[in-house]
Amino acid sequence: MDQKQKEMKYLNATWRQLVWWRYKKHTLAMIGLISISGMYFTAIFCEFLAPYEKDTRHLEAIYSPPSRIHIFDENGSLRWPFVRQMDMEIDLETHKMTFKEIMGKNYPIKLFVQGDPYLFWGMWETDIHFFGVETPAKLFLFGADRMGRDVFSRCLYGTRISLSIGMIGVFMSLVLGLTLGGISGYSGGWADVVIQRIIEIIRCFPSIPLWMGLSASMPPHWPALKVYFTITLILSLVGWTDLARMVRGKLIALREEEFVLAARFIGASDARIIFRHLLPSFTSHIIVSVTLAIPGMILAETALSFLGIGLRPPITSLGVLLKEAQNVTTVALYPWLLIPVAFVIIIVLSFNFVGDGLRDAVDPYSR
Amino acid sequence: MIAYIIRRILLMIPTLVAISIISFIIIQLPPGDFLTTYVAQLSASGETVDQAELEALKERFGLDEPMYMQYLKWAGNFLKGDFGHSFEWNKPVSELIGERLSLTVIISVFTILFTWAISLPIGIYSAVRQYSWMDYFLTVIGFIGLATPNFLFALVMLWVSYAYLGLSIGGLFSPEYAEAPWSIAKFLDLLKHLWIPVVIVGTAHTAKFIRIIRGNLLDELRKPYVTTARAKGLSEVHLILKYPVRVAINPLVSTIGWTLPELVSGIAITAVVLNLPTTGPLLLSALLSQDMQLAGTFIMLLSFLTVVGTLISDILLAWVDPRIRFGAREGL
Repeated sequence: MDQKQKEMKYLNATWRQLVWWRYKKHTLAMIGLISISGMYFTAIFCEFLAPYEKDTRHLEAIYSPPSRIHIFDENGSLRWPFVRQMDMEIDLETHKMTFKEIMGKNYPIKLFVQGDPYLFWGMWETDIHFFGVETPAKLFLFGADRMGRDVFSRCLYGTRISLSIGMIGVFMSLVLGLTLGGISGYSGGWADVVIQRIIEIIRCFPSIPLWMGLSASMPPHWPALKVYFTITLILSLVGWTDLARMVRGKLIALREEEFVLAARFIGASDARIIFRHLLPSFTSHIIVSVTLAIPGMILAETALSFLGIGLRPPITSLGVLLKEAQNVTTVALYPWLLIPVAFVIIIVLSFNFVGDGLRDAVDPYSR
Repeated sequence: MIAYIIRRILLMIPTLVAISIISFIIIQLPPGDFLTTYVAQLSASGETVDQAELEALKERFGLDEPMYMQYLKWAGNFLKGDFGHSFEWNKPVSELIGERLSLTVIISVFTILFTWAISLPIGIYSAVRQYSWMDYFLTVIGFIGLATPNFLFALVMLWVSYAYLGLSIGGLFSPEYAEAPWSIAKFLDLLKHLWIPVVIVGTAHTAKFIRIIRGNLLDELRKPYVTTARAKGLSEVHLILKYPVRVAINPLVSTIGWTLPELVSGIAITAVVLNLPTTGPLLLSALLSQDMQLAGTFIMLLSFLTVVGTLISDILLAWVDPRIRFGAREGL
């Protein structure tokens, strides 16, 4: 492509293309985007990708440390990665469990193995897992917890729930924020005053104590699914204020612009002006705010579940997993229980990178 | 200035009323009133329920009256310093919260001081030496600090110090001082333990502040007056500290308003992990046992605290920045 063609390509580029070109230059944002895509991919296919079901108990493997994957066998020759069958011994005096590998009992890691049966997406019954080993050997990439459940599989399931909480929670705050922020910014007057006061008051509350108060008042006998939706609702009840402020600010700045005036002169209705002319002009800002709001939601849910007043088993989020790691003496003995922390940090970091990159890409003059 | 402060205080009143209404709603949210819970607890533990005492409690909280009367009675008692009765501890709420609330305040204040003390020099350094390897290094650390939630950081710290250093960093006092009355020695002991929660809660905010200071200062440094001053031969240290830095930290003062609720939140949950004798753990246990009078009081007082904090920050800001003091309305 010669210089002229390049120039033409640039001049004819759509807005989307321009944004994408600018975004691609941002290394951290690209890393974040790849990591988030990977996370969502595992979240969507977690039943298939996890070697075990999240609630399968391996009673002979309670607090089993992460499996060691070997590539050299006893004779020192190179082999396909394999694990050895483990033997558990209990010290009768201290009740401490020690695990030893049984030499010679080698089980290679296989792809598409048969394992725990599950309903894929709750629809198709199958028992094929992406990878795993045959029984009696066990493949615990991240070890096992106090009930002998595989921490790696549980992390994948936890990522699914945590990510979905972020999505649903942000969607609800978006609906609330757009509606209330829209009313406040577009119509102004007393509605604006009232909504602004409400936002200010909500922002006065330290969010975690308020969330704690609201979620602790859920009756303990509620089913887990109802708790799940109530928690997302509670999170978005506090989370919408930032979005509403942003929407209001943008609307106030835009409603005096000539194109709005022109639309009004032609006789466009308020709804048409808002949805056809005003909203599209700051969709990119909404997307950025939403991206930056998701990690907050995920963290809040993690915190609540960690304290024991958020989600409850059998729904497993990363926070529910971390509840196992509350006791420092347990963690000192079985440090792999802390692995979900890494998942939380990676998720939050990636969303922040993507949000920052997007902000720079859609609005290069903002800084 | 005085007129400004009075106006701010008057504006606070409706906010405080609204906060009290929300707190009251939280108290009322669990099904059944708290007396039923109380009676159920008593009968579960095999104690007899004293009818006269029940009547007295009913009278005190106006349980037979409609909801708004109950609220008014509760709010009225609140103003008199009667925060209700904790059924879990069987004590008046006011006895339980005093010390814990003041410890929360102490930690918040120290955390703010820590945050400023660390972020100011680092932020200035990062801006002045932009794109140096130290600047990149600090930016990466800052990002990780921002992404790590307080309580997970606390959890990891707790584990590292326990597993590798063999010491427990939980708590705020050595065992011999935990129950002791306040004295100089106890206060010194507190200072010895205080830095751990302060560092843990402060990290995320330090990271945020460094970014704010760095960004603001970079904008300032590009302005012509800096070049002029440099051209006139002002020494570099004097030049940077005296003018651009002063302008750059201005927005930081206004952040105290939203920093405080976040700090209080952070302390609440970090305290649960580190087992600190602050409001967090007691609030959690109150919520878990549905001791709503205690929990509601906590939520309400913590919010009051942040409102007062916001007031202080507004006054500070007005003191620093005359544009606000003389009636510019945007700040309100």
